[in-house]
Amino acid sequence: MADQSIADAAGIMATAAEGDRSRRARLVIVLLCVGLAIAVLLSLTSGASDASAIGVMHDWLFGALPGDAALSARDHVIIHDIRLPRVILGVLVGASLAVSGAVMQGLFRNPLADPGLIGVSAGSSLGAVAVIVLGSTMLAPLTSALGTLALPLAAFCGGLATTLLLYQVATRQGRTSVATMLLAGIALAALAMALTGILIFMADDRQLRDLTFWQLGSLGGATWQKIGSVGPIIVLALAAMPFLARGLNALALGEATAGHLGIPVQRLKYTAIVGVSAAVGASVAVSGGIGFVGIVVPHLLRLLIGPDNRYLLPASALLGAALLLLADAVARTIVAPAELPIGIVTAVAGAPFFLWILLRKRGVIDL
Amino acid sequence: MIEARDVSVAIGGKRIVANVDFEARPGEIAAIVGPNGSGKTTFLRALSGDLGYSGEVTINGRNLSAMKPVEAATVRAVLPQATTLSFPFTVREIVRLGLVGGRSGALPGEDQRLPERALARVDLDGFAGRFYQELSGGEQQRVQLARVLCQVWAPVLDGKPRYLFLDEPVSSLDIKHQLIIMDIARDFARRGGGVVAILHDLNLTAMYADRIFVMHRGRLAATGSPQQVLSDELIEKVFDCRLKVGVLPAGNMPFVLPQSAA
Ligand SMILES: Nc1ncnc2c1ncn2[C@@H]1O[C@H](COP(=O)(O)OP(=O)(O)OP(=O)(O)O)[C@@H](O)[C@H]1O
Ligand SMILES: [Mg+2]
Repeated sequence: MADQSIADAAGIMATAAEGDRSRRARLVIVLLCVGLAIAVLLSLTSGASDASAIGVMHDWLFGALPGDAALSARDHVIIHDIRLPRVILGVLVGASLAVSGAVMQGLFRNPLADPGLIGVSAGSSLGAVAVIVLGSTMLAPLTSALGTLALPLAAFCGGLATTLLLYQVATRQGRTSVATMLLAGIALAALAMALTGILIFMADDRQLRDLTFWQLGSLGGATWQKIGSVGPIIVLALAAMPFLARGLNALALGEATAGHLGIPVQRLKYTAIVGVSAAVGASVAVSGGIGFVGIVVPHLLRLLIGPDNRYLLPASALLGAALLLLADAVARTIVAPAELPIGIVTAVAGAPFFLWILLRKRGVIDL
Repeated sequence: MIEARDVSVAIGGKRIVANVDFEARPGEIAAIVGPNGSGKTTFLRALSGDLGYSGEVTINGRNLSAMKPVEAATVRAVLPQATTLSFPFTVREIVRLGLVGGRSGALPGEDQRLPERALARVDLDGFAGRFYQELSGGEQQRVQLARVLCQVWAPVLDGKPRYLFLDEPVSSLDIKHQLIIMDIARDFARRGGGVVAILHDLNLTAMYADRIFVMHRGRLAATGSPQQVLSDELIEKVFDCRLKVGVLPAGNMPFVLPQSAA
């Protein structure tokens, strides 16, 4: 073992100590970076206008190419004002959903947990549907003051408010009971859904179409303005997550043991819950209900690199972003020139996977 | 030194530990014994800072209730009676979790190798790459002990003693590994640390403990050296079982005592 430092210096090519999956995890993260870069290029160049990848890259790096390969003015607009915001939004939303899923699973100590458990999805949905249905009547002052930002703002606030309420309910004498959160979350989500139901009942045909479409999820409405409003929230929430990684690892041994190891468990829970609520609330606000990313991505990665959150969280961000871009590419092209809601694509791919996880759980390894 | 004065613990309005005075000195193994449900684990959880209590607990002169989790984690490590794991970690990854507090006390640069060394001490050489959930109960218990050892690798840190809290550390171990684990505890104490261990085996307790605290229905029934405490009367009173101390079985009935270990 004296040559450990030499082995370390040799980097990821060195053979890892037995049971140490950190080298493999780092390698996977590097590969995922490459994968995400490819997914971004693919997204930018696929669609109704067939600007070539080389053209796009060259245009950015060195200015327009001469002759045929050059981007037309129309392509330039398509790429800059339509596809680029859409790709950035896809990256932000995909990363935020996947990382939030991984954090929730660590917190609830269950590989099937997702941000829906803390009420954020139901609360955001209520906020958004309220703006869609009541935007021209009761909430008219709000919509006229905020314009197109009214909906994302209402969705974000709805999600955050529901989560904070849930947190209050489940906290007694400075300790939050995760089990109580789970049960109270079911009750609060049901309540939010009932209120949403009342709003849907009141909606007219056009509003019904709008809100159905919103609930199915889409990256279609991406604008630079939306990115400016939710981007900082998502980036900030995601930037806080790596600080939770070691605490979440310790939590795998139970809350008491995590505390014995020196983890401030209550602060960890609070940060995780608020961070996830902000990240998911902001994502749902701009892209609607996109399911299964938060369960499928961390689970796949755990099979590949193990459950160590120091690697799982960044890897989830990368894979979540890449997969959402691919799902969006499918949504845009499969019924072109029309567009499928992306939530349908992720559900069609994710639901069978979810079932597979459940079935596998009955096998030898009890997750 | 750990001192507990008049400690009582109530859970859900029910008093489970009442007026316990307790002491654990560096250099010694303090054993807590008593029947099932007598409050041993509850008392240890109060010492670990998991449960609210009345009375006073100090560790190395500092009030426990004023200590942050990370401060407590540098002076003591806790082996719980049972641990459940929620994700498929490898043995090495579990043992490494003992190092999250960052103050193992090993020489600089040695932390990286501590998991292997701790595993070797609990006789689990070569298990680092296995999945924790695929191990036997006794092997899992020893992995947890290796994790606990990593946390307080040096029994003395910054000139102050550190402590091992062990809740039934040998309950699912075979006789060889019971002796190995108790020797680790004794070695930890000899090198200046303190050990608090809940034990059920009275023979092991007599052999290893410097002081015994007997708990009975949430209260302290007796305290002292093994010679002072382990009497026929006490065992009958506390364990409700008529047994004679130091009586050999009749005839050719075999018996195996840990004391006979070579
Ligand atoms: N969370 C709890 N809520 C209610 N009662 C509890 C709780 N924890 C422990 N008790 C009760 O307190 C008593 C003491 O429990 P404790 O776990 O401290 O016993 P113990 O001495 O460690 O027993 P054992 O030898 O079986 O481990 C038991 O009667 C138990 O039922
Ligand atoms: Mg017990």
